[in-house]
Amino acid sequence: MSGILNSSVGRKFAMALSAFFLMIFLVQHFAINILSVFSADTFNEASHFMGTFWVVQYIFQPILILGVIFHFVMGMVLEIRNRNARKIAYVKYNGNANSTWMSRNMIYTGAVILLFLGLHFYDFWFPEIEVKFIDGDMSGLLANGEYRYFEHLQHKFVDVWRVALYCLAFVFLALHLLHGFSSAFQSVGANNKYTRGLRGFGKAYAIIIPLGFIFIALYHHFN
Amino acid sequence: MKLTLKIWRQKNADAKGQIVEYPIDGIEGDMSFLEMLDILNEDLITKGEEPVAFDHDCREGICGMCSLHINGEPHGPDKGITTCQLHMRMFKDGDTIFIEPFRANAFPVIKDLVVDRSSFDRIQHAGGFISVNTSGNTIDANAIPINKHDADEAFEAATCIGCGACVASCKNSSAMLFVSAKVSQFALLPQGKIEATERVLNMVKQMDEEGFGNCTNTGACEVECPKGISLENIARMNREYLSASLKG
Ligand code: SF4
Ligand code: FES
Repeated sequence: MSGILNSSVGRKFAMALSAFFLMIFLVQHFAINILSVFSADTFNEASHFMGTFWVVQYIFQPILILGVIFHFVMGMVLEIRNRNARKIAYVKYNGNANSTWMSRNMIYTGAVILLFLGLHFYDFWFPEIEVKFIDGDMSGLLANGEYRYFEHLQHKFVDVWRVALYCLAFVFLALHLLHGFSSAFQSVGANNKYTRGLRGFGKAYAIIIPLGFIFIALYHHFN
Repeated sequence: MKLTLKIWRQKNADAKGQIVEYPIDGIEGDMSFLEMLDILNEDLITKGEEPVAFDHDCREGICGMCSLHINGEPHGPDKGITTCQLHMRMFKDGDTIFIEPFRANAFPVIKDLVVDRSSFDRIQHAGGFISVNTSGNTIDANAIPINKHDADEAFEAATCIGCGACVASCKNSSAMLFVSAKVSQFALLPQGKIEATERVLNMVKQMDEEGFGNCTNTGACEVECPKGISLENIARMNREYLSASLKG
């Protein structure tokens, strides 16, 4: 088991495991966000629960942040190593003849998602941390006695440029997932009679989840 | 057919190479790509110039010796073939054709279009074999019952000719398809099970030491492989490697 991360197969496996974790997290994030379209109260309650329950805050959240950092750092390491494996490039290289644009540009789609995460943290995560851990207000309430989460969400999606940036980032997320989903399964060695079905499911996942996030952003912008 | 060839010329391993342009005429669609290069070379020799060095041997798609990156793809625009099986009818009169060596640090250029693929041999030496008792009581391979499905898959993996197109096509210069074919052909058969753990660990270690890149599942190798070696072999190697790492 020692030194598994020093081998190409081991690195690939670790990359896939962090990807699985992030893909599950995405579903959970989406499930809570979509509540905001149906009911402000339910969304508020779910957000308050996620924001104050200790298991989520002190166990899942740090793991998630470490997962993102690991996935990003490993992605960079792989990219640099892979570029160095061919010091003299082809004069003519027809990548489209044998692979998809998505599969060849994971580093760029990933980098855009990372930039987006910076904006997203600035918008939602840092203010939350400030209120909860700097101001020490764990109530989740506004001055008028109502929960602040839904209010905060709607307020953020007023600006057109922010909504546009969010939508753009979700398009890149879809491009990243279109390759990433099935790639993660292949990396852990799952390639069998279910693979075709899984690929179809992966494509649906890669389109539906980001599209859902786009819908939520636009919904709040126009309401 | 009249064509313009843009060929990578490089005197030796240490020289700096460059693309040189050669016009060529009188090429028939029924000629193979290598015959076209033969005509070019005859021409160059007649003119007292140095012919273009390129690898070839069987010229019937079985040895894996011919290489070449043609118009941005290993073995050229056709699928499921080697360069010696590529016909000139795949090109049109007036076309410009780029001809480059397979590129990867682990495949250094020796001269012009000839690259050193001995890194593949070293990976094979690291574990691509089985130990057979030859003391007189060897069991005939045909006497060992093997599931038809496994036998077929092992056979398919064994059709890899070690050409290196998988590495050449991969944006990461990864040798996973080749190594996984060599691991699979043994992993699926009872004779290969005995050394399975060390085999996969040693072959992957050697592959990494040779400086091949990391696979990111772009699937380019499978598309360009002249023998249709499937990505399923890479998945199998990943499984083999992980379980061997847990054991070892
Ligand atoms: S896997 Fe295919 S492309 Fe790679 S060396 Fe074997 S035959 Fe050639
Ligand atoms: S020369 Fe033998 S495969 Fe092409």
